[in-house]
Amino acid sequence: MQYKAFMIKYAEIGTKGKNRYIFEDILCKNINRKLKPYGDFFIRKEQGRIFVECKSDYDYEDVVNALGKVFGIVGICPVVVEENTEFENLKQKVIDYVDKAYDRKNFTFKVFTRRNDKTYPMTSMEVSAELGHFLLEAYPDLVVDVHSPQEIINVEIRKVAYIYSITIPGPGGLPVGTNGKGMALLSGGIDSPVAAYMIAKRGVVVEAVYFHAPPFTSERAKQKVIDLACLVADYAGAIRLHVVNFADVQMAIYDNCPHEELTIIMKRYMIKIAEELAEKNDCQCTITGESIGQVSSQTVFSLNVINQVSTMPVFRPCIGMDKQEIVDISEKIGTYETSILPYEDCCTTFVAKHPVTKPILSAIEKSEEKLTGIIEPLYRKAVDAAEIVMCRAK
Amino acid sequence: MEAYFDNSATTPVYPEVRDLMVKIMEEDYGNPSSLHMKGVTAARYIKDARESLAREMKVMPKEIVFTSGGTESNNMALIGGALANRRAGNKIITTSVEHASVGSTMDFLDDMGFDVVRIGVDSSGQVDMDQLMSEVDDDTIIVSVMYVNNEIGAVMPIADIARQIKEKNPNVLFHVDAIQAFGKYRIYPKRMGIDMMSISSHKFHGPKGAGALFIKDRVKVKPIIYGGGQQSGMRSGTENVPGIAGMALAAEITYNGLEEKMEHMRKLKEHLISELTQIDDVYSNSGDAPHIASITFKGVRSEVMLHALEEKEIYVSSGSACSSNKQHASGTLKAIGLPQDKLESTLRFSFSPENTMEQVDYAVECCSQLLPILRRYVRKK
Repeated sequence: MQYKAFMIKYAEIGTKGKNRYIFEDILCKNINRKLKPYGDFFIRKEQGRIFVECKSDYDYEDVVNALGKVFGIVGICPVVVEENTEFENLKQKVIDYVDKAYDRKNFTFKVFTRRNDKTYPMTSMEVSAELGHFLLEAYPDLVVDVHSPQEIINVEIRKVAYIYSITIPGPGGLPVGTNGKGMALLSGGIDSPVAAYMIAKRGVVVEAVYFHAPPFTSERAKQKVIDLACLVADYAGAIRLHVVNFADVQMAIYDNCPHEELTIIMKRYMIKIAEELAEKNDCQCTITGESIGQVSSQTVFSLNVINQVSTMPVFRPCIGMDKQEIVDISEKIGTYETSILPYEDCCTTFVAKHPVTKPILSAIEKSEEKLTGIIEPLYRKAVDAAEIVMCRAK
Repeated sequence: MEAYFDNSATTPVYPEVRDLMVKIMEEDYGNPSSLHMKGVTAARYIKDARESLAREMKVMPKEIVFTSGGTESNNMALIGGALANRRAGNKIITTSVEHASVGSTMDFLDDMGFDVVRIGVDSSGQVDMDQLMSEVDDDTIIVSVMYVNNEIGAVMPIADIARQIKEKNPNVLFHVDAIQAFGKYRIYPKRMGIDMMSISSHKFHGPKGAGALFIKDRVKVKPIIYGGGQQSGMRSGTENVPGIAGMALAAEITYNGLEEKMEHMRKLKEHLISELTQIDDVYSNSGDAPHIASITFKGVRSEVMLHALEEKEIYVSSGSACSSNKQHASGTLKAIGLPQDKLESTLRFSFSPENTMEQVDYAVECCSQLLPILRRYVRKK
């Protein structure tokens, strides 16, 4: 049995009042784009629901898997579509449906009927009762429970009839493209792809920036970040990755500033560059994977000093999470294996043995004054020469 | 100027080899086991390749088994040799500087219950002969020693080792990993007392995915891959016809005028070493092989130096290419007693006859420019 359609359930969109159609249209567009490689599908809005009609053969697992990565979807119901709505025919189809959809026919259930076609000769209640009766006859181990059934067999009678009962959970969130744009700082570690994923989940289009420092970081490290962006793009849609050569800026900081402040000053420059790229690309926020206390530059003191350079909001969705919680998400979304590849060690040149953990803003700013007249052209060059790599889901 | 100095990792395929392989893939694509014409044609390529390689080594064609490469050759020799001879004894002797395809296979044999002994080397990478000979006894079934070390180019006294171990126990099988040596030296295994010898096609301008193992007539080796019984049952699986034919042709081309080629590479190597070691705190750890130079640039991590050279289109390895992705430092450099700071700062330059003196001069120039800059940016204590 091949399901001829999927009914898509969404939750939060329903609360968006008069903007609702915008959210629905974007969700339809995102579903359409996601399913393109898997066959011929027709996406249709109908009375507060989205139907994906399958016009060609398709691989069930592939399609369910793809829909499971479209933000905004909370549930995916595979649906049997029946052209002939006559009761005798429906009765047989519902019995067949239960036979195929359930290996063990020993659950409690009820039949729930909606009747859009008011010319239909029976009422909804009658259809439900009759169908329930025939199901009990066909499968003696079923038990009716109208108050808290394990399974609800839904039958909708419109021009055609729909039969469905199974709901596969979707990723939730809001459709990407309904909530502005953000510039995510990707490092190649575990946290930053998770942060980009979490913000994309709230409907934000994500662009990304990666700072590399050849020859202190390798081409493989850059490729790893591209690979990570492609993995996040599976959920967030294609990501434009800005690759910034940061080596000259880093070396200038190394040459002129106190060693234990290197990381803080470096991060301030990274945020500055990210924000400039964000503005140029119509983003309204930057996104980082920082989590309080994880490393010296992520103490609240350090975060405060780093944050002072930004004028846009810096979204840090991992901020209150334990490492393991972040790892769990990265495993779930499939970025973990790539994140832990070991191509980063070269950058350790620029990390102090004992970095400051309680930096003072005035002291940091004083150190940065030593860069005046040196760093501006290097900074300019880094931003202007940024290379853009389009990262699409593989 | 581009300068590819990573020829011990792999070499570019000769154009003649590529053309032959394309022809085989497009026209003579038959399965050598098929009975029809297409099969017969394919089988002839295998036969010709076997005979050609056998001539190069002065052995009998039936003494050559084709494999998927050096790693499989080493695995077949050691695992197959150990399994076939376990009734004769339980001890297997090797060195502490072997390539991972020998080293890890030895770990496996150790787990299987064989008594694996690893002999150390001196500061030049030469195996400790006294210790080696004292370990050879009646229980010993295999001795495996590499011909040319892949990280520093140390050359082991293979003929000498063969003679001495056979004097002590004539039944010992002597295996030689000649993957870095074949195509650099004229090697006649039977005259040198070698019982099994591994080679790999892509180290001498042949394609990847092809290799061979010489197994001397009457030496007992159990197959490690079973199936359709190809290659007299020694190595089942449809033969990689283009790979095998390409390998044999690459060997022919390589051995044509070998002496001049070696002379040329040796000059490049010696020039590079003598120029670079004039720079402060630059040292050579190189052995005698004509094509491998191991250079320590103190004060710069090898990855950083490697990527800096890469930006100049100069391609080298840190340690041994096969293990460069891993975090742990090189096996041979550690075994010859290099201290930690030198271990982390060593690069391998490996040559092919196609490299030029201009490329070497360019590399020397780039190194001397880069070093003072890179040495400033070290992790402060």
